[in-house]
Amino acid sequence: MTLAEAAPKRGGLPAKAGTHPSAVSAPEASPPSHPLSSARAAERWTPASAGVTSGDIAPGFRDPVHGAQRAFRLTLDAMAHPARIHDLSGLLAAPPPDPLGDAAAALLLALCDVETPLWLAPEAAPVLPYLAFHGGMPIVEAAAEAHFAFIPGPARLPPLGSFALGSDEYPDRSTTLILEVPSLGSQGGAALSGPGIATAARLSAQRLGADFWRQRQELSALFPRGLDIVFTCGARLAALPRSAIVESF
Amino acid sequence: MSRQISDLSITPRRRWMGILAKSPRAALERAWNELGDKPEYRLLRAPEIGLAMVRGRIAGAGEPFNLGEMTMTRAAVQIAAPQGGTLTGYGHVAGRQPRHAELAAIFDAMLQRGDECAAALIEDLAGKLAAGRAAKAAKVAPSKVEFFTLVRGE
Repeated sequence: MTLAEAAPKRGGLPAKAGTHPSAVSAPEASPPSHPLSSARAAERWTPASAGVTSGDIAPGFRDPVHGAQRAFRLTLDAMAHPARIHDLSGLLAAPPPDPLGDAAAALLLALCDVETPLWLAPEAAPVLPYLAFHGGMPIVEAAAEAHFAFIPGPARLPPLGSFALGSDEYPDRSTTLILEVPSLGSQGGAALSGPGIATAARLSAQRLGADFWRQRQELSALFPRGLDIVFTCGARLAALPRSAIVESF
Repeated sequence: MSRQISDLSITPRRRWMGILAKSPRAALERAWNELGDKPEYRLLRAPEIGLAMVRGRIAGAGEPFNLGEMTMTRAAVQIAAPQGGTLTGYGHVAGRQPRHAELAAIFDAMLQRGDECAAALIEDLAGKLAAGRAAKAAKVAPSKVEFFTLVRGE
């Protein structure tokens, strides 16, 4: 008899709402394999798995339950009010490893667990032990398979179309991008409209070029498919949900 | 459950983690209190209580199946490594036992550092666990019933 590692259910951790392909459509595709068994199980974090037992891993949330709830709540509010800047400082017990900012780390620890595949830009590899320890999320090679993606800078951002955009039946099966930017402001930049924006909102992020905004504009045509993007800058964050319309940039 | 903790085929770390988890908390607490120089440690993961799926295989070889969930407590601590940096110790124990998990994690970290006091503690605890098991086996042995199956006439 073996004690399966992983998936200790932590009280109160908010999970991502909605279901994803791996959770729903798997039974027809793969005959007897239980989600916990076979190859998936091998990917999971175990205390003794390589690289995690030694080295300096920073502690996560100061208060795991309330910290995660607060991060979730603020992200929810950010999604409801596109471009509004929220502050997530003070949630973590120690600074996360570079290139993770406080907000990006809090977000990943709050939203990801063993059931949410994460795509990491290659430059973000140093954060792997930290994320593996605190979240245990499987890391995927293909951006299109990821439920979440962390990109440490706009220059590292692959084409938006390479991420999962969801389907018309299940638009929630898309990748949520967490993009660390050098600066974040609500003056100048792109003009946004749409649900959650009373009149107009502006979002500026350094090094976020016209190419990004053009790609984002093109995605609007696919609605309800699309990408939800969270910009993080240190401990601050602002969201650009798929429903937001980029008027000009 | 056939694997004995005295089994030499398992790795030393796995063995000591098992012994730390199965020994009574009071024994670990006593050992910790009697420790001459206690290492400084910081909690990387404060003890948290959760559920783990216990899985089994029929006769130890069949397809795995989920037996049921059990309550468990886990903790992780960091102590300074002798060669610089930190060592991370993990404690996973059955039930709601925050202090037990924390102590198990501390001793796990100390053992990774090659601490002799902790190593001696493990041998002591292993002996007590084995003695306890032997005593229990001896107690129930007289009531053992050998079953046999009659072949049905077909």
